[in-house]
Amino acid sequence: MATVQNPYKTTGILGWIDDRFPLTKLWKDQWGDYYAPKNFNWWYIFGILSLVVLVNQLLTGIFLTMHYKPDAAKAWDSVEYIMRDVPWGNIIRYLHSTGASAFFIVVYLHMYRGLLYGSYRKPRELIWVFGCLIFLCLMAEAFCGYVLPWGQMSYWGAQVIISLFGAIPVIGGDLVIWIQGDYIPSDATLNRLFSLHVIAVPFVLVGLVVAHLIALHEVGSGSPDGVEIKKLTNPETGYPLDGIPSHPYYTVKDMLGVGVFLIIFLGVVFLAPDGGGYLLEKPNFQEANPLVTPNHITPAWYFGAFYAILRAIPNKLMGVIGMFAAVLVLFTLPWLDRSPVKSIRHKGWMYKTALALFTIAFILLCYFGMQPPTPEGTLISRIGSFIYFGFFLFMPIYSKLDKTTPVPERVTYEAH
Amino acid sequence: MKRIKFVVLAAALLAAAGTASASELAMPHAFTPDLGNEASVQRGARNFMNYCSGCHSMKHLRYARMGQDLGIPEDQLKANLMFTSEKPGDHIVSAMPATAVTWFGVQPPDLTVETRMRGPDWVYNYLMTFYTDATRQNGTNNLMLPGAAMPNVLGSLQGVQVMEAAHAAEGGAAAAEGHGGPTFKVVQEGALSEPEFEKFVADTVNFMAYAAEPGRAARTSMGGKVLLYLLVLTAFLYLLKREYWKDVH
Repeated sequence: MATVQNPYKTTGILGWIDDRFPLTKLWKDQWGDYYAPKNFNWWYIFGILSLVVLVNQLLTGIFLTMHYKPDAAKAWDSVEYIMRDVPWGNIIRYLHSTGASAFFIVVYLHMYRGLLYGSYRKPRELIWVFGCLIFLCLMAEAFCGYVLPWGQMSYWGAQVIISLFGAIPVIGGDLVIWIQGDYIPSDATLNRLFSLHVIAVPFVLVGLVVAHLIALHEVGSGSPDGVEIKKLTNPETGYPLDGIPSHPYYTVKDMLGVGVFLIIFLGVVFLAPDGGGYLLEKPNFQEANPLVTPNHITPAWYFGAFYAILRAIPNKLMGVIGMFAAVLVLFTLPWLDRSPVKSIRHKGWMYKTALALFTIAFILLCYFGMQPPTPEGTLISRIGSFIYFGFFLFMPIYSKLDKTTPVPERVTYEAH
Repeated sequence: MKRIKFVVLAAALLAAAGTASASELAMPHAFTPDLGNEASVQRGARNFMNYCSGCHSMKHLRYARMGQDLGIPEDQLKANLMFTSEKPGDHIVSAMPATAVTWFGVQPPDLTVETRMRGPDWVYNYLMTFYTDATRQNGTNNLMLPGAAMPNVLGSLQGVQVMEAAHAAEGGAAAAEGHGGPTFKVVQEGALSEPEFEKFVADTVNFMAYAAEPGRAARTSMGGKVLLYLLVLTAFLYLLKREYWKDVH
């Protein structure tokens, strides 16, 4: 019984596998023979960094799960047990807690790269949609994980977020009880959030990451110029003229990027894991107490912008809708942008102004979402919310009116 | 383009910083814990065990771990620091019964991670600012935690202290110069002089800051090595990248 020999003519153990499983094919399609534009700048590093952080979260999460107790009476103590009695348990926990914030930083920058260079434009709409789904999963994952240490802010954060579902007319009240499994956040709530955090959401998330990468490697990467490198190929080899194989070029470049990232990330993990109270909040060093409400219930920094939008709208139901709409509107971006060019390098003053305003608005929303409500904060949050939604809703108009410059045939690149 | 990015970021950060709230309670004393001072942390352990542990537990810290980290031999640990247990592997749990809630109106809280919740400077100020207040059940009140249920346990050391709020009320100029907070005056001498008492409290808070994360020293020392390794590694990664990318034109 001879097998049909694989097209790569590999031999030995690899050949044996390739005759039965497309190992070499997968490697070549996904990385080894994947041609990417040679002029990626450092904005393009955040994809691989997201993957690094994802692996960090999965690995540290496995070890935390070995020692953590998802039980309202024991959860808090088990976290301190990890911090003290598990060898290097404090480092494992800080890697995970700092990793959560790092995840949002690299993902926000990764998405911002998309806004700069039009990475969501045809034919990459599905990559963008998968990415938005990943972002949604990430938010769910971060919320569930934040509750697990069962500190005061864990508890009251859970209470506030779950109660948002209560704003839904008719079914709201019953829905909240169904989600919590109790009339207040309790042991039942903690247990189900643990289940979601360690299996359901990560399972979906990893699947989406695979889909995100397959879609990307199918259509090919965009470039900072918005040039499609597949248009001009070398007639002899069939490879793009402006492309280089990911391996070894982007392998070594990504390794350098990961090195720099790790210096910053591990610097925080080892030397400032509290992050000045922004990565590990002070109120969360007190065990959850359903009878004592903290003075200010603030979300983690990465939810600040969405929480600010929620609070900016006076009506609770409309606020909840606004908050979810702020995430869902991201999905529609590929169909909102009517500009003839992809990259900001060839877009006119209108898009540049809109993006600048959007950036300022997002940072301000993040900040005011974490502050106790004040009249000025609410006013700024309202203006910020208008700018946030305006950036998307008026995009079909301003992106079409905007004066653009012609896109060149070849990418801009200066050899170093 | 670069300039636009810079202006955008700077504007956003300035706007955010400008509106930072000053709602934090002003603390009369500045304090930064010194965990490198092992003798101070040891004295703090003694202070805690003698003055605090009667009511407050540190249920996440084991006696043995404390002895190990602070260089206290087991016989000294047992003789001087362990009052409620004979086993060094035990956690530091006070003898306070659950009925204590009926004595004070509140169960004395566990203090293992107190300095991470409140901040070491807050705890230092809390211990420094008990003052006489006849309206309170136990005769004292506290600047940092008004209406504190805890009696002034360190009163015998600090002496009797009264609050002079007059400064802020009368002298508008003084208040404007940053003396807005109340001042305190010891009206009856305690067992310790003022500098001695400040040192006593500093030692105690240093110990509490240690207890809040016993792994801290190992973590920061490992962190230095990790960063050194990463800096060397990244330097080589830079050279590797440059070597490969020479071929890209």
